[in-house]
Amino acid sequence: MNSNSDNKEAGKQDIVNYAIALGDDSLTLGHRLSEWSSNAPFLEEDLALSNVALDFIGRAMMFYSYSGEAEGAERNEDDIAYLRDCREYRNLLICELPIGDFADTMARQFLVDVYDVGFYTELMKSADETLAAIAAKAVKESRYHLRRSEEWIKRLGDGTDESHDRMQRAFNDVWGYTHELFEVDKTEQSLINAGIAVDRPALKADWERYVQSVLKEATLDTPDGQWSIRGGREGMHTEHLGYLLAELQFMQRAYPGLEW
Amino acid sequence: MNTAQNVTVTAPPGDSETDRLEALLGQVSDPEIPVVSIRDLGILRDISLDGGQVTVTITTTYSGCPAMSTIKADIRQTLSDAGYQDVQVKQSLSPAWTTDWMTAEGREKLREYGIAPPQKSVDGRCAVVSPGTAVICPQCSSEHTECISEFGSTACKALYRCLECAEPFDYFKCL
Repeated sequence: MNSNSDNKEAGKQDIVNYAIALGDDSLTLGHRLSEWSSNAPFLEEDLALSNVALDFIGRAMMFYSYSGEAEGAERNEDDIAYLRDCREYRNLLICELPIGDFADTMARQFLVDVYDVGFYTELMKSADETLAAIAAKAVKESRYHLRRSEEWIKRLGDGTDESHDRMQRAFNDVWGYTHELFEVDKTEQSLINAGIAVDRPALKADWERYVQSVLKEATLDTPDGQWSIRGGREGMHTEHLGYLLAELQFMQRAYPGLEW
Repeated sequence: MNTAQNVTVTAPPGDSETDRLEALLGQVSDPEIPVVSIRDLGILRDISLDGGQVTVTITTTYSGCPAMSTIKADIRQTLSDAGYQDVQVKQSLSPAWTTDWMTAEGREKLREYGIAPPQKSVDGRCAVVSPGTAVICPQCSSEHTECISEFGSTACKALYRCLECAEPFDYFKCL
């Protein structure tokens, strides 16, 4: 179909891996959010966090089933989610961090929501139709997620001394994980050049501007960015991912092929 | 603007069998909101008949909506009860579902059931409430309402309260 068949073929597995990485971002964060089910500060918040978790897990399902089909239908979405170990996961590290307290959860969520709105808006223009279609669904949800997380940042940041300090500490603790959101390797760069992947480095300026304006309104300081940590897209993770997968994958590991 | 007639039927017009299929599928309801059918919700996108094989295409609402697998199973069950053994249910991603596809009938059924129907999107964008418009209480029709939580009992609903009749109610969010 395409005269440029060499490029097309070389890119195939790269697209599969790209979709899996995006699925990994969604699944790890979705799983983290689901840990709040029945543990949130009050009922409405419990429902909200669980519903946001579902949106992320749903996205993971769409990305994984697409990658499974694209690579030749040998693996389905469950195989991809349940039968890979840490080093094969390619999520950005910020998504796998523990939920911490409510301030930690909302700081991470807000930073990711701002990123997701920018990211999926661009992915909607992808030359890959399926990725563009998934993005069109996801962006609507992310706009909604952002409204809520942004409200919380303002309310807690500009709240009591206690809520302000805890919100500030949460941003300081997570900030070093945000640099990775805007870094790409050679393979991803070639997908960007092909019009398939999102040019993440190009999203950084808008992201920073948005985050800084909300933090300012919330009377919070933007952390100084003196440290950074990276490695998720290469499969180099924090110690936390292993514990996450141990819970997420337990049933399939203990009872291979289990269905219900 | 209202695309209530957006179910495409890939078959000759006036074909009685596809009419029959459409009527049958009109009985499949949302497991969470049993008063509305998949046709009312605008998630039934296509019915095609090829020899003995029926292919039904539905669209995903929210990415992680747990009702989708039940809806698929219900479609198969309904058609199999009517004698169709070879049924395929396909899920389409694009174009992305929007609450604007909900039929006028569906909106009215929701309201009668006690759920405020979704507002129409403005410029293709909408969040919980379009700016400048009020969510109307499904019980007493008052515009004097407030949002309690942006998420209700399911991802597609937000929790509201009427300040007139004091009843809490679900609002089916505009997406």
